[in-house]
Order: sequence, then structure tokens, then C-alpha cells
Amino acid sequence: MDINEIIKPENKVYGKSPVLKDAVMHYCPGCSHGTVHKIIAEVIEEMGIQDKTIGISPVGCSVFAYNYLNIDWQQAAHGRAPALATATKRLMPDKYVFTYQGDGDLASIGTAEIMHACNRGENIVVIFINNAIYGMTGGQMAPTTLLGQVTATTPYGRDAKLNGYPLKITELIAQLEGTCYVTRQSVQSTAAVRRTKRAIRKAFENSMMDKGTSFIEVVSTCNSGWKTSPVAANTWMEENMFPFYPLGDMKDR
Amino acid sequence: MAEKILMKGNEAIAYAAINCGCDGYFGYPITPQSEVMETLMQEKPWETTGMVVLQAESETSSINMVYGGACCGKKVMTSSSSPGISLMCEGLSYLAGCELPCLVVNVMRGGPGLGTIQPSQSDYFQATKGGGHGDYRTIVLAPASVQDMYDFVDLSFELAFKYRNPVMILGDGIVGQMMEKVELRPAKPRRTDEEVRALCDSWATLGKPASREGNIVTSLALDAEIMERFNIHLQNKYATIEANEARYETYKTEDAEYLIVAFGCMSRICENVVELAREDGIKLGVLRPITLYPYPEKALDALVPQMKSIMSVELNSGQMVEDVRRIAAGRVPVHFYGRQGGAIPSPEEIYEAFVKKIKK
Repeated sequence: MDINEIIKPENKVYGKSPVLKDAVMHYCPGCSHGTVHKIIAEVIEEMGIQDKTIGISPVGCSVFAYNYLNIDWQQAAHGRAPALATATKRLMPDKYVFTYQGDGDLASIGTAEIMHACNRGENIVVIFINNAIYGMTGGQMAPTTLLGQVTATTPYGRDAKLNGYPLKITELIAQLEGTCYVTRQSVQSTAAVRRTKRAIRKAFENSMMDKGTSFIEVVSTCNSGWKTSPVAANTWMEENMFPFYPLGDMKDR
Repeated sequence: MAEKILMKGNEAIAYAAINCGCDGYFGYPITPQSEVMETLMQEKPWETTGMVVLQAESETSSINMVYGGACCGKKVMTSSSSPGISLMCEGLSYLAGCELPCLVVNVMRGGPGLGTIQPSQSDYFQATKGGGHGDYRTIVLAPASVQDMYDFVDLSFELAFKYRNPVMILGDGIVGQMMEKVELRPAKPRRTDEEVRALCDSWATLGKPASREGNIVTSLALDAEIMERFNIHLQNKYATIEANEARYETYKTEDAEYLIVAFGCMSRICENVVELAREDGIKLGVLRPITLYPYPEKALDALVPQMKSIMSVELNSGQMVEDVRRIAAGRVPVHFYGRQGGAIPSPEEIYEAFVKKIKK
């Protein structure tokens, strides 16, 4: 049997979403961003909304999200994506508008913007990647860095007296009247990827139903920033991050 | 004859925005310009023209909402006063770096810091020389009347879209708060989705049609060569703006031997100084730059040779005078008179200062 006999439509079990571009991968091997990008692309493809979706990329590693998904993109200043999304959705209510933000972007410098966008109940989707570290700038402490976790700016481990406590911002977001769907997911296993994809689809659907803001935290790995292997990073995340950032829906109405 | 209505300068901004087809206003309260958003909320334009009006959680957020709206090819604006404009400068740099059209109104108050709520012109440097980071320029219009406040809104959007560049109306607490009769202009409808698509589809985030790749509105270019090329492109655009958009007015400069240069409300006070001087047989005139960037360099340059001296009069410690000195280039003495912190000089006070300077 030669290769052409194998490559037939009826034998196809998996294909790259046409919403994804043929970009050279800039994320490190083992990084969660690539997986999350892929499932967003699949949701956009399956919902048939490539022409109606506008993404807002953050500052951080995923500033380059716009190089992967073939949709219209705005690149926000650090932490300000929810403000851009607010105006975009209000001026073009027939569009699906989502922000893609890391923990430094959303839970540190952009705390005001995310809290108030969610509190106003903007009909947008927020995808929040929490890998407990600043990846792009070289592995410094993030607002979500765990106590005792070693980073470039907590070389002796995060100390509550010196650095304060890790911020459970998703729990705060769930308290806000403006949010309709708040969930915490992960992408380290096939089952987790499927759950996260379902959550993202639900969030996009919510955004056309005038229900308020949908917020999805994805507890993620940054093996380069954590200075470990991809496999060890998954284990570390399961053993250390999941107990502090428990997975599951916090709000769904 | 067109209808004339008595209104405050700040109210004129709001009425003009609705009238000229503005799509969105995003703001945060700050004295002395809060009437802009108050008037818009009172008028509820979302029920008539469909204009979006939103009170943001901060000036930082306001300017970033403007950033998002501008990405969508919409006519969007904000207004604030000096301390709030400082917060917006990050956003202004991004808007300039992404080549986005928008309008920012600064109703200036005295600084630095929290300063005072009294009128001032002390943000001249911030408005004309940058404010935010990077090599960028903002087109700056200086209104001297409530009519100017009204008319400059539409003009600002015209310029903003012509050059895909932020435009600032640099008013002050005087033109913001004073009431004058304003002649209303014919209403312009908001652009339809089709018109926005036709005008902006090559760069805006309107939703990607099958016919093109996704648009990316960004100011990021990690490659030095690409970044330099983009900067050169920006500078070429600014050169075009400088060549085509300088605006100014003159008052009795034809036979003048002395010149006052003043912008905004100060230019009107200085017209009275001209009358005082001419009563004493001193041939004084006024040059009023209407655009502070681009500065009316050629107009001033042409007036310099006929003058014995020039005086810049400003509500600050001497900011525009640096541009006047640069253009005069040592050909005639250039003096300065200014008041700060909210104090407003009378024509007599300015005339007295002028006489002292020329007798020295």
C-alpha cells in the first residue's frame, strides 16, 4: 500500500483547522498556549464564525496569538484588552469578541480593566491563561505565582511577607453580577482539552445571548519559565496548582 | 439663517459629536470638562443616532476603549483634562503607532500633579511634542471660542481619518466653561456598516471576509529593520501633515511692527492688547496658531522680518515661545509673558508687560 492509498478522505481522523495559519511556532515545546489556540480555532470553525470573530491579544508571549488564527485582531496595551473588547462589542454587537490574556496581563497590570468589564457584564469572552509566571520577560513572579515558587524575581521562593499572596482572581470575577459563566479548566490531557473546548464554545454562544461576560481560566504550564521538562511541568501543575486553583465551573447561569 | 444656541464650550463638544456622526464616546469625569459626558448622557444619542456613550472606570480605560473602537474604523472620541490626559498618553502612543483615527479633547487645567481646576495652557509641550513614548505626533487644534469647540469636532474627525492619526482639541478651562452663541451645522449621519467597510476594510477589524486575510492592528515589530521602515513611513506622513494642514489667523498684522503670538483663549485677549497699543500709536498685531501641530511655521516665518520684536503670551511658564524662538531664529528679539496656575491676565496687564519688554 503506498501513501496515496492511505491519504483518503475516508481515512482522515484529524486535520488542522483552516482557521489556523501556517505560522512558524514561536511557543516553546510543552507550552499550553498552542493547545488553547488550536481549540479556539476549532470552535470558530465549528461555529462558522470566522468572519464575525474579533480577537484582542495581550502583552506577553501570546501577543503573537494574531499570527496563528486567521481572523481580525487588535493588539492591546498591557492589561487593557478588556477595554478594547468593551468598545468593539458595543460598537459591533453582531461580532464575537474575545480577549486572550495571561496572568500578568489580566491579574496584575490589567486588574481594573478586567474587573470593570466583567462587572459591566460586557458580552465578551475572556480566555485567561494562568501559568503562574511571566513567560515572555524571562520567568518573573506573576500575581498567581504560588507561595514558595521560585521565579527570577522570587529566587528564594515566593514569600507572603515580601510578595503578598497568589491572587485567585477568577474567584473574584465569579462574584461579579455582570458575569454569566466563570470556569477554571486545563489542557494537560485529552479529557481536559475536550472540557476546555466545550467551555470555550459555550462562552462564544453566551456572547450572543446578552447574558454578560463569560470567563474561562485555563490553568497552564510554562515549562521554560518553570525550568523543567514538559512532562514534569504537567505533573507539577497537577500536584501544586490544582490544589490551590481547583478546576470546575464557579458560575453558570 | 442657521440656528444659534447659547451653550458652554464643553456642551458644544457633546452636541457637535452627536451632530457630526460620532460613533462612540468613552470618558471619565474630571473638572473642568465633566459637562461633555453629562450632556451626552442627557441627550441619549444611542436612541437617535445610535452613538455609544460609556463612562469608563478610568482615563486609562477610556483611551483604550477609544483604541478598540478606532480599530473598528469607527469615529470614536474621549475628553478629559490635564491629569487625565497624562494617563491617556500610553494609549495615544499606541493609537499613533497603529495609525488609528480618533479624537481626544483636553480641557486644560493647571499643573503639575493634581494642580488646580483653574484654566491653563501648560500642556502645550505634552500635546505637541509627544506625551507618550516613541517618535509620534498628534495633530493639535487650539479653539479660542465655543464655536471653535463645536466646529473642531467635525474637523478633527476629518483630519483623523484623512491621515489615520489621533487628533487632539487642546482647549482650556476658559473655553470649556464659558458660554457663547454657537451656530449649529447641518447634521451628518453616522457612517453605515457598508461605508465603514468601504473606507476601512484594508486595515480595520470589521470581521474577516473570505476575500482577505485577517487584519492585525498592532504597533509591534520586533525586527529592527521593519520597525525603522515603519518609523520612516510615519515621519513621511507627518511631513505631509506639516505641508498641508497648518492653520492660523492673523489680526492687524499687515502694517504691524510688533507681533504677539498667542493661541486659544489668549489670542482673543491679545486682540484687545492690539487696540490698547494702537491707541498709543504702536503698530501691534497678533498671530494665532489654530493648529499647534503642525505649527504654522511659514506664516510666522514670513512675518518675522517686518517685526521689531515678538512676544509670546501663554497661560504657562513659556512653552510655545520655544517654537517661536526656533522659527524667529535670532532675527528679532522674542519675549515671553505668561501667568500660571489659573491666573488670567487682563489686556492692560499684558500691554504693560509688552511695553516694558520693548522699552528695555
